[in-house]
Amino acid sequence: MNSIQKIFEQKDQNLLSIYFTCGYPELNDTNKVIKALEANNVDFIEVGLPYSDPLADGPTIQDSSQQALKNGINLDVVFEQLMEIKDTNKTPLVLMGYLNQMLKYGEDKFCKKVIECGIDTLIIPDLPMVEFENHYQELFNKYGLTNVFLITPHTSKERIHKIDNYTNAFIYVVASASITGAKGEISNQQIAYFERIKALNLKSKLIIGFGISDHKTFSTACSYANGAIIGSAFIKSIKQSGVSGIEPFISGIR
Amino acid sequence: MKSKFHPDKNGYFGQFGGAFIPELLHPNVKELEDNYIQIIESKEFQDEYKSLLKDFVGRPTPLYLAKTLSEKYGAHIYLKREDLCHTGAHKVNNTVGQILIAKKLGKTKIIAETGAGQHGVATATVCALMGLDCTVFMGEKDIVRQAPNVARMKMLGAKIVPATSGSKTLKDATNEAIRYWIQNPETFYLIGSVVGPHPHPDMVARLQATISEEMKWQLKEKTGKEDPDTIIACVGGGSNAAGAFYHYFDDEDVELIAVEAAGLGVNSGESAATSQLGEVGIIHGSKTILMQDDYGQIVEPYSISAGLDYPGVGPLHAYLYESGRAKFMNATDKEALAAGFELTKLEGIIPALETAHALAVLPKIDFKKDQVVVINLSGRGDKDLETFIQYLED
Repeated sequence: MNSIQKIFEQKDQNLLSIYFTCGYPELNDTNKVIKALEANNVDFIEVGLPYSDPLADGPTIQDSSQQALKNGINLDVVFEQLMEIKDTNKTPLVLMGYLNQMLKYGEDKFCKKVIECGIDTLIIPDLPMVEFENHYQELFNKYGLTNVFLITPHTSKERIHKIDNYTNAFIYVVASASITGAKGEISNQQIAYFERIKALNLKSKLIIGFGISDHKTFSTACSYANGAIIGSAFIKSIKQSGVSGIEPFISGIR
Repeated sequence: MKSKFHPDKNGYFGQFGGAFIPELLHPNVKELEDNYIQIIESKEFQDEYKSLLKDFVGRPTPLYLAKTLSEKYGAHIYLKREDLCHTGAHKVNNTVGQILIAKKLGKTKIIAETGAGQHGVATATVCALMGLDCTVFMGEKDIVRQAPNVARMKMLGAKIVPATSGSKTLKDATNEAIRYWIQNPETFYLIGSVVGPHPHPDMVARLQATISEEMKWQLKEKTGKEDPDTIIACVGGGSNAAGAFYHYFDDEDVELIAVEAAGLGVNSGESAATSQLGEVGIIHGSKTILMQDDYGQIVEPYSISAGLDYPGVGPLHAYLYESGRAKFMNATDKEALAAGFELTKLEGIIPALETAHALAVLPKIDFKKDQVVVINLSGRGDKDLETFIQYLED
């Protein structure tokens, strides 16, 4: 059982996950952010690896990534930072990055480091299912890593069922045809899509992300899934209020 | 005939290619993958495509023996005059084909990226022709340095969206086009080069292949042989080179030379010579050779030529490089400018700055007597006059 499955054993409703960009706003804020999120009972944390060309991300995460890279973040620094809190942090971490980062670092070396940091779940938005099947499934199994797949309003039923069988953590339900970033309200069309996914009675847990930004969108998402992920809205908040703003931000969501 | 330089069923050329795309793009890319070959090979498509190439684009483009240039370099140098295509470059061969594919798939909204603006103009042109909605993404830096093409696109009714991220050039325009596509999956992404996720590189190569198809019979007429000794083409993403090489891939006697932009010098830190500076990596949905740092962050390239200012190269070219089938050379800004002025003075042809890079390797090659060389003259230099004039005054 992986770290995310353990969380679902204890709780399977209203799970709150927060995405943040490593090394942002300051290089050494990574662990401060993780500690503050843990202190505020966030259920699991998505640790974003800053990338120069993040195709699935909107302006907020693009900007935070650029800033983090300017701050001097890189994969070695991220792994060092995560090693420091490995023994004290109890909130599961999910690593989110783009495939080229893993490719260049060395796929085996990357997987080994991730496990050493106590992380067993990855989200790689540009790793499609066919490449996973042909090139990565075996590697991830070897290290005991789980890959989270994304589904969208345009993913076919057959594909969703296939993904359901590949996932040990959860299915990341992308809330609309979009890149990351707040959209405000959740539309009736989106709700119809959430209902359609819910009605498939998948064995995997469902977490909704992209465009979830506040209490209202979070609680709407949670009525159709096991929980939701907030990213860009959180980045905006720490940009404005820093680490000390995390507590009011989280209590505002719940 | 299946060549080893055609992709396998997953879109790989050797270890390069594939389709590394976010899930949202899967249905679009799959729809194209399932249909493009069938459409391209259909009689209906071929009739319309050939007719447009002939009467709208102005094909076949001439194969011109450049006598003065030949004399100077001691070879028979032929210029494949893609600069004479409607809109001024080879780019339109691809856009005419893709717009027919888009129509066949029932798409009404077209998006494109552009560097030098040639692909943007060629896309805006076919959209005007077909009455389709057109949005072009262009780096902010390129909007300034290729102003005439921006004006042409606007006149043709295209909406221009400036890309303001990263180096504000072709890479960033492509990022923004892909992000828009993710958010508007009903649009057709009319990609401008042999880059992007499979099947885009193969589709664009097939549509540019008309260049080498014509070269074969034109050379036969002029020299008695279909095959030249050498073909030279510049490479940014690589579409004009793909077209010029396409029907010669398996003809190992024909030397293929791809010329990249070295900017201020390959090792100056201001360069776009991807094959020399890059390593295996993923950009714009394709595994290829990519300029990147030790942690896989994409390095901002530099070239005076907006069309070659790209940190990657199409997966086909990565394979042509790795397999040794093509020889990769490069030319600096300065060498390209000199070659551009030289062609203008010796032959009365002002080439695009991109194309000038292909011409710039002539002094670096030791030609045999009677060597038959074809240079793919991919585009004309009207759009670059401002840059050329700056150096004329110097």
